[in-house]
Amino acid sequence: MNASAAFMSLYSRRLWINRLNLAVSRLTMLLGLFWLGWLLLTLFEAGFKALGPALFFTMTPPPGASGGLSNAIAGSLIMAAMGTLIGTPIGMMAGIYLAEFGSRGWLAPVTRFINDILLSAPSIVVGLFVYEVYVIHTRHFSAWAGTMALALIVIPVVIRTTENMLRLVPDSLREAAAALGAPQWKVITLVTVRAAKAGIITGILLAVARIGGETAPLLFTALNNQFWSLDLNQPMANLPVVIFQFAMSPYENWQHLAWAGALIITLGVLVLNILARVFFRNKTPTY
Amino acid sequence: MSGVADTMDGLSRTDPGISPVSKSIPDANLRNQHRLDLLFRLATRLFAFLVLLLLAGIIVSLLAGSLPALRAFGPGFLTSPQWNPVTEQFGALVPIVGTLVTSFIALLIGIPVSFGIALFLTELSPIWLRRPLGTAIELLAAIPSIIYGMWGLFVFAPAFSQLQPWLTATLGAIPLAGMLFQGPPMGIGVLTAGIILAIMVIPYIAAVMRDVFEVVPSVLKESAYALGSTTWEVVWNVVLPYTKVGVVGGVMLGLGRALGETMAVTFVIGNAHKLNPSLMMPGNSIASALANEFTEAVGDLYGSALIELGLILFLITFVVLALSKMLLLRLGRMEGQKT
Repeated sequence: MNASAAFMSLYSRRLWINRLNLAVSRLTMLLGLFWLGWLLLTLFEAGFKALGPALFFTMTPPPGASGGLSNAIAGSLIMAAMGTLIGTPIGMMAGIYLAEFGSRGWLAPVTRFINDILLSAPSIVVGLFVYEVYVIHTRHFSAWAGTMALALIVIPVVIRTTENMLRLVPDSLREAAAALGAPQWKVITLVTVRAAKAGIITGILLAVARIGGETAPLLFTALNNQFWSLDLNQPMANLPVVIFQFAMSPYENWQHLAWAGALIITLGVLVLNILARVFFRNKTPTY
Repeated sequence: MSGVADTMDGLSRTDPGISPVSKSIPDANLRNQHRLDLLFRLATRLFAFLVLLLLAGIIVSLLAGSLPALRAFGPGFLTSPQWNPVTEQFGALVPIVGTLVTSFIALLIGIPVSFGIALFLTELSPIWLRRPLGTAIELLAAIPSIIYGMWGLFVFAPAFSQLQPWLTATLGAIPLAGMLFQGPPMGIGVLTAGIILAIMVIPYIAAVMRDVFEVVPSVLKESAYALGSTTWEVVWNVVLPYTKVGVVGGVMLGLGRALGETMAVTFVIGNAHKLNPSLMMPGNSIASALANEFTEAVGDLYGSALIELGLILFLITFVVLALSKMLLLRLGRMEGQKT
């Protein structure tokens, strides 16, 4: 009787510990969703108030006046596009090396290791780097510098996804192409890379999403410009830095615009992310 | 994966031998193709090399930029709490401490929450919910840090300031640790920055934990269940010990993210170059000092001191991320041996 009671108490204690901890686990999941919901909710609430056609067609105003974000939106689009255009081919080439030629020698494992570190390295350091090697010598902030900083952030992301996606392509495909007499560069560019296309595009989309919201590397490179400028040798307005400046300012109209800008960026980034996922899920190579 | 490596090895091993042979290939077209092959391989190699060059470039340029400050302050830079642009006296102690403390708070909150989320996603969630919920958590990582900063400043900080008097009354009453929670309820400060950082690192840590939990062989878990273990006991005594290297790697990855996080911290930390025992008071971190002051830094020494801060930040995160990567690689190798 006694032993049985002791057994029951041990058993029920284990049961209760289990229930408690699993309940806590469910709570943490809810907590994560709660933050996401709270953040998006306030963003939509505050952002939609300032949203309107004027936002896209008028420039950033001085304090107190009305205006929009047209120059910042254009600047962000230009720099993100240029950064992606420069960073993607570099990243893809390096990724191809790691996946297709990287099984021997010291270069591939070391590059892989360093690249994974650069992937998570603080982006503000990239801004400092571009400042040191470019902005100091040209003596002024410029859109080119901003583009370079963004390209440097794109490269590790593209290297990583290109390598991972190429590795998913089965060797039988490479061997089949080689057996038909195709030289290796043709095997890679016309067969392997094509087979991994969906995955690589997904990676590029994610890279664009990442640089779309990057602020820190642009602070020391592109800085900001309150006027409309398409000159890549001049400072260029961009959404993240404008949001930073406007949100930190005491002027109410600036803060409203900052919220609108924040909503635009977040929507853009979320859409890119979801797009990338859907795209990849539907087009994953199935052999 | 190792199968791919082997065959690739076999393919490329024959390559170096071909080059002399290529001269004996009679067909001009074939020779041409072979030259293109070589060129292609060299080109990709060059770009891979570029990554190493980038790392070297970052370190060298930051070193060069911080030379004036290195000369002026020497190793004392690391331990001096001074930060005075007027008298040009600079020390990194306050931002270093701020960076470490905010990251520590982030991990303190982030690790258990991430563990809970990973546990839920791998063991508790219905199958059809796993994907959408996992995506939702990943989206938390996709939101740009400046959005977290703005939200932290305008929404979270005011809400948190309502809670602060209660924190001071309860946690502040604890004998020694109590002084961490003293101070006016301003909403912004080191603690707020730590909490925002926690929200930002949770998706990273949770994603790694989920991924490594999934590699635990079902046989191990099923044996434990068959012995009568509860779900919690399986996770705590089987899954966690099996994946502990990977879990630590994930935590280090989160730490690396937290250390270098700039915009979110800049908005809410208060940017005060002052050491303060209370977490409720404003402080500063390396990244936020850079973001706030770098474009306005006048004088060589001021700018140089900021670049040295950047160098310190890069070195710290480099070490943390390298450790994380090595741990995750080790788990990968272990996994390879056991399956």
